[in-house]
Amino acid sequence: MGNVVLNCVKKSFGSTEVIHGITIDIKDGEFIVIVGPSGCGKSTLLRMVAGLEVISSGEVQIAGKVVNDKEPMDRNIAMVFQNYALYPHMTVRQNMGYSLKLAGHSKSEIERKVSATADLLQLSELLERKPRQLSGGQRQRVAMGRAIVREPSVFLFDEPLSNLDAKLRVQMRLEIRQLQRQLGITSLYVTHDQVEAMTMADRMIVMNNGYAEQIGTPLEVYQKPETLFAAQFIGSPAMNIFDAEVQNGNLILNDLVLTDVSLPDGKVALGIRPEHLFPSASGPIKVSLNNAEPLGANTLLYGNINSSDEDITISMPGVHEITEIGRNKSFGVEKENIHLFCASTGQRL
Amino acid sequence: MTLGNGMVQRTGSHLWLTHLFMILGVLIIFFPIWLAFVASTVTQPEIVSPPMPILPGDQFIDNYKAALFAGVNVPVAKMLFNSFVMAMGIAVGKITISLLSAFAIVYFRFPGRQVFFWLIFITLMLPVEVRIVPTFEVIASFGLLNSYSGLILPLIASATATFLFRQFFMTIPDELAEAARVDGAKPMRFFIDILLPMSRTNIAALFVILFIYGWNQYLWPLLITTDPEMNTIVMGIKQMFPSGDDVAEWPVIMATSILAMIPPVIVVISMQKLFVRGLMDSEK
Amino acid sequence: MEKRVIFRGWLLPICLVAPQLIISIIFFFYPAAQAVWQSLFIPDPFGLSSQYVGLGNFEYLLGDKYYRASFLTTAVFSVLVTFCSMIPALLLAVCADRLIKSSGIYSTLLIWPYAVAPAVAGVLWMFMFNTRVGIVSWYLGQLGYDWNHVLNDGEAMGLVVIASAWGRISYNFLFFFAALQSVPKSLIEASAIDGAHFWRRFFDIVLPLITPTAFFLLVVNVVYSFFETFGVIHTITAGGPQQATTILVYKVFSDGFVGQDLGSSSAQSVILLVVVGLLTVIQFKYVEKRVHY
Repeated sequence: MGNVVLNCVKKSFGSTEVIHGITIDIKDGEFIVIVGPSGCGKSTLLRMVAGLEVISSGEVQIAGKVVNDKEPMDRNIAMVFQNYALYPHMTVRQNMGYSLKLAGHSKSEIERKVSATADLLQLSELLERKPRQLSGGQRQRVAMGRAIVREPSVFLFDEPLSNLDAKLRVQMRLEIRQLQRQLGITSLYVTHDQVEAMTMADRMIVMNNGYAEQIGTPLEVYQKPETLFAAQFIGSPAMNIFDAEVQNGNLILNDLVLTDVSLPDGKVALGIRPEHLFPSASGPIKVSLNNAEPLGANTLLYGNINSSDEDITISMPGVHEITEIGRNKSFGVEKENIHLFCASTGQRL
Repeated sequence: MTLGNGMVQRTGSHLWLTHLFMILGVLIIFFPIWLAFVASTVTQPEIVSPPMPILPGDQFIDNYKAALFAGVNVPVAKMLFNSFVMAMGIAVGKITISLLSAFAIVYFRFPGRQVFFWLIFITLMLPVEVRIVPTFEVIASFGLLNSYSGLILPLIASATATFLFRQFFMTIPDELAEAARVDGAKPMRFFIDILLPMSRTNIAALFVILFIYGWNQYLWPLLITTDPEMNTIVMGIKQMFPSGDDVAEWPVIMATSILAMIPPVIVVISMQKLFVRGLMDSEK
Repeated sequence: MEKRVIFRGWLLPICLVAPQLIISIIFFFYPAAQAVWQSLFIPDPFGLSSQYVGLGNFEYLLGDKYYRASFLTTAVFSVLVTFCSMIPALLLAVCADRLIKSSGIYSTLLIWPYAVAPAVAGVLWMFMFNTRVGIVSWYLGQLGYDWNHVLNDGEAMGLVVIASAWGRISYNFLFFFAALQSVPKSLIEASAIDGAHFWRRFFDIVLPLITPTAFFLLVVNVVYSFFETFGVIHTITAGGPQQATTILVYKVFSDGFVGQDLGSSSAQSVILLVVVGLLTVIQFKYVEKRVHY
């Protein structure tokens, strides 16, 4: 079976630790997205699972067996690279069949598997072409075909869509997800694009600077972000974060006061997503508006909170006539949509 | 627009002038070759009483037959063969060992790697002409005088090809090697199935350069061949000149000269694009 | 640039470099070391033993008027060959650069001399200037000039220079042509708009941009004239008349193989080794810069 277990996996380059202990239990058939900004270590993590990077400490298990010391080809994994890594001098057919040829399968066996996969990915007409004769999307599919043909326990994707244009990206991410569901193979998918993460993941690992900020389903991360980073990384436009204070059990953000807050006194970071703010004549949040961007599906408003001058972004569904540019407008928010984080550690309170 | 560099505006006279200059240049450069060709198609008396004709004569078949099958001290055909073996040996030999070395240097880490790298770097600095006497002694001590091995081996010792391949291998994306690794390819498999096919143009370009280098060798074959049967054609031409006051058999000598230059010319012309590219790359 | 991907293991790579290593050691390092070693000895006339003389051979050489003459000859020779092969090549390349459409044909024709061995080139030119049957020397005689490179130093030098330079024009042409082609069109056009006519553009913009190539070719041509011209000299003048065309590498040959003076020949080899080593180091240092240019 294709379950994957990461047990406190760490990675150091020389004396610098870059991955600080990631632990996750991935069930067979799950689609896990590792998401984070550039340099957060997500590719390194993926490559450790693949066997292309040495694991400094901790354990990686695939299908119940510890694979730390195994070569990539012995781990029963298949990988789709960011730049596809197709062999330029081989035809599509030869590219897809190469791993099988190395494993010693018979010609007819290879033929059968390659044809079946080509049909699945609609590549049958392109089998005799060379990679340079294919478009970006076609090369992407060949790269996946090469992975699928091996019938691995785990699929590894290293930012496979980042070289495609926006429209193709949307189409391909649907295809990948459908394909994965159809084949039922456990997948680890690395991306920096939080939209891809939100739409494709069964669960996701939000990474930052080598730490797993949060592991959970997309909705969990959206509704209950555990760290400040996760809160701001997921969701577009990003969550508004304000400096607020707790005094005598009351949370104060200029005119917004929450009573009965069971927190010690001190500074906190208060987060409200732009889409959770609504216009309210009696609302406690008073904003002086600077700009409005009507996007059609929603309208974005930019401004500053009166009295503290912090920036604020508001998203209002649908089309709105905004007449208050340059003037003040009041907004309200539901209590459950207020997120509080420790000002120093960023942990959820 | 197919304007050449340096040209923004074209006037008719400028163009004709340039063409004229080029044609003149080509004619001057070609003249020695042309003259040799003419000399190879006329009779000896015609040459010995100057001025010799400038247009080809009718002795083509006779002269070339005489050259190829009789030569002056050895049939030219045999010398052509020797040159061919030597040139091929050098080209193939050098390319082979260089590919293997470059592969090892780029894709592996092994003890002594840096030392090896600098060692072969030093070999770039000395052409064979500087070490002729001791190399001669080494070859003699192996009993390889007057042999193909003796002709070939000392000339594949320098590392120019290794550095060329190393540079090329460095430009191959890492991901390709990783994909091969994930696919299950052991190092030599990767080398044969992927690296070699991708190096095709470099190999071909280098082949042209090395073939010509080997074919045109003069000093080294001169030293180690005492048996005329082992003469290469380039060095053999000199042996065709008699000592003392005897008149040289010009038509045969010129025919031999033409024959000596035909194979390299064919190789260069037929692979001109590759060869030029290889020349540019190999000097970086 | 270090590659990220490394295959594990050390036995395989060592086997892979073994052939090159072995051949380099046997046919390069050992002879080179031998040359250095032998340069410290003088063999006795019978070749049975040698006497250690330390740097004696070198001292002798540096004081020997024939050796010093050879040094001068070599210097003059290489300057002339370099000059005579680079200038025409540049001119031809400039022309070819203007005639883009037909440049292919001209290139194909101009490549021929590269394929001709220097020794064969020597034969060809010697044939043209031969005192008895040479067509050029005959015409010169008709014009009242008695050409005889067998007797005349200057003519001998001139002949070997031309024969050597002739073979090198193709090589220089190719490089100059490529360099000219790589000058960005936008620069030319910008300067034309600024009002510069052809020669102005050439000197102010094109020439500075091809200087790296020119410098590189300079070094390569000098090294060529030191070594690969052996064939030319051996076929035309055999170093004469009276050593007027005996360049350093020729002297190594004639002293070592003809004169059997191994000590002196080895010492000369060592000196050449140092000279070439320096030239190569300069070339590499500059080529490195050129790549980053």
